[in-house]
Amino acid sequence: MMWKGIAAAAAAMIAFAPVAAEAGRDLDQIKQRGTLRCGVQGPSNPGFGVPDSQGRWQGFNVEICRAIAITIFNDPTKVEFVPVTTQSRFPALSSGEVDVLSNNTTWTLTRDSAVNRFNFPAITFYDGQAIMVPRRLNVTSARQLNGATVCVQPGTTTELNIADFFRANNLRFTPVVIADLDEIRRAYDSGRCDVFTNDFAALAAQRTLLTRPADHVILPERLSKEPLAVTIRQGDEELTNIVAWTTFALIDAEEMGITQANVEQIAASATNPVIRRLLGVEGNMGESIGAARADYARTIIRTFGNYGEIFERHLGTNTPLGLERGMNNIWTRGGLLYAPPAR
Amino acid sequence: MSATLAPAGPTFAELARGFLRACFSGPLNIAITLACLALLVAVVPPLLRWAVLDATWSGNAAACREAGGACWAFVREKFWFSIFGLYPYEERWRPGTMIAILVAMVLASCQRRFWNRWLMLAWLVAAPAMLVLMAGGVFGLPAVATRQWGGLTITGIIAVYGLALGYPLAIMLALGRRSELPLVRWFSTAIIECVRGVPLISLLFMAAIMLPLFLPEGVTLDRLARVLVAYTLFTAAYMAEVVRGGLQAMPRGQYEAADALGLSYAKKMRLVILPQALAITIPSQVNTFIGLFKDTTLVVVIGVFDFFTTLRAALGDPNWLGFPTEAYVFAATVYFVLCFAMSRYSQRLETTFRPGQR
Repeated sequence: MMWKGIAAAAAAMIAFAPVAAEAGRDLDQIKQRGTLRCGVQGPSNPGFGVPDSQGRWQGFNVEICRAIAITIFNDPTKVEFVPVTTQSRFPALSSGEVDVLSNNTTWTLTRDSAVNRFNFPAITFYDGQAIMVPRRLNVTSARQLNGATVCVQPGTTTELNIADFFRANNLRFTPVVIADLDEIRRAYDSGRCDVFTNDFAALAAQRTLLTRPADHVILPERLSKEPLAVTIRQGDEELTNIVAWTTFALIDAEEMGITQANVEQIAASATNPVIRRLLGVEGNMGESIGAARADYARTIIRTFGNYGEIFERHLGTNTPLGLERGMNNIWTRGGLLYAPPAR
Repeated sequence: MSATLAPAGPTFAELARGFLRACFSGPLNIAITLACLALLVAVVPPLLRWAVLDATWSGNAAACREAGGACWAFVREKFWFSIFGLYPYEERWRPGTMIAILVAMVLASCQRRFWNRWLMLAWLVAAPAMLVLMAGGVFGLPAVATRQWGGLTITGIIAVYGLALGYPLAIMLALGRRSELPLVRWFSTAIIECVRGVPLISLLFMAAIMLPLFLPEGVTLDRLARVLVAYTLFTAAYMAEVVRGGLQAMPRGQYEAADALGLSYAKKMRLVILPQALAITIPSQVNTFIGLFKDTTLVVVIGVFDFFTTLRAALGDPNWLGFPTEAYVFAATVYFVLCFAMSRYSQRLETTFRPGQR
């Protein structure tokens, strides 16, 4: 496609564009402008970022950006959401059209390198290729899928991953190659194949479109690693800190049991110094990372709740997407979310 | 009396007989007729059941899935969103007013009796006024960044402003390409060929993503302005070639007669050549117009939420997942109505300007 070529050309040129390295340049620009420009996936990404009927952005990634705005401005409304596509996101970030990307971008070495000059301060969601099967097969692990019929899109990493997985586990499978994702869903729904595979979050969205979503399970195996992180340009340590410690505050709050409902009460009565410092009751942790106020984390939790509350509101089991926490749970509960302490 | 003298048209019975005779004359026609009937029987009842009988007109997604038919409730829920897009909810009256003015102006401009200086003046006032109304920041209106404009509003803005600005530019380019001054001719040819030689999508990409990289530090040009410039250039390049076709179709005698009358170049073009050249190219002009209008959907690649993209965004609403057919049927209907209106209008223009040549 033409525009992929253009995007590549743009990326190539960006590689040679001079990038100032002094710290705080991007943050200064954001503060001077008075709003954070946040790139979100357009036209929409169910659960992560989608405009509602009133034209307001809603979703997990959207609230991460609003939380960052609280850290910088003490005001969740000081965000301009800029819809970007998978083709335009990196040129948009490089050219300064957006300050941060909160659009399910996977953290990879190439993107983090000196060539592309992006920075990934904190992982917000652990995604990965997953496998969905009908419940009636009574399968609990992907290793039980010997001889299964698998619907895949040709020429994708999804196809390669599933082939590798079956080969590595000495399993046979019959591929059914279908180019269009909607067609794959229909084929799976009508029983033409036993296995529907895609990235976990996308697979959950596809599940809601099946005739009987409750009759299908997503197996626990992950065939690939897709750590989704907020993305910024390299060269601004202060903005890096702000993005990182906004995310960490959400995770730490959940680990310590601080919720939207009890945050004020805990702030008033807590004796634990770690909690007192996180919520800005004592010390100046907020200021030392460049936040607008020492109690930035407290305002974030009061406005949006902790990581788990944001997750449950937009992606969790009570939403149409119905995602289990899985890897995206606190490390003490078997997940991968592990934030450094506010100390 | 004239009424009785006029030849009486065929009666309904005669028409029906003629139609039936045409349908069932000979074995081949009978076979074709039967095949068509079979196709209709196969297609129409399920379509009717889906679109009307089993359709849900109000309620939520659960009610739609229950009924199994078309979910027009989804279109109803997202209707205003598809018009206004991401524009702040409290300020929706502004794009609403703007669309009303835009439609009124376009309709007025379609009436030949309004074609005078006053209409020109009205456009010169209304065009910036509409943008000010949308952008705000003055007269106590809160400022709304262009990135928040969306829906049918932005489709209307890009199409009307782009086509209106591109048209005069197209005429100039067409005249320039046929100019006897080499520099003007080369310049016009270069612009036309360069712009026409790349897809609109890459022009938009250049305007939106690449251009800021080349601008000096601190200089920013609004994204919508960049999109409009790219779209206007594209319009101009394509229309210029249509107009040039008209200019070349003019008999040489027309040019010579105008010269013989001692008309200046400007007068020759304005009074003699262009009116005829533009009139004979109406069909291809409208053809290009319709094509360009539908090309506005390409602005999605640079994150502008036009009408079509807004509907696609609505498809991602977690509460309304799974109704793409309804959204696309709605989008197709809107585009069809607008394009069909353009087509009908062009036919009317043709009869006005070229009576006796149809």
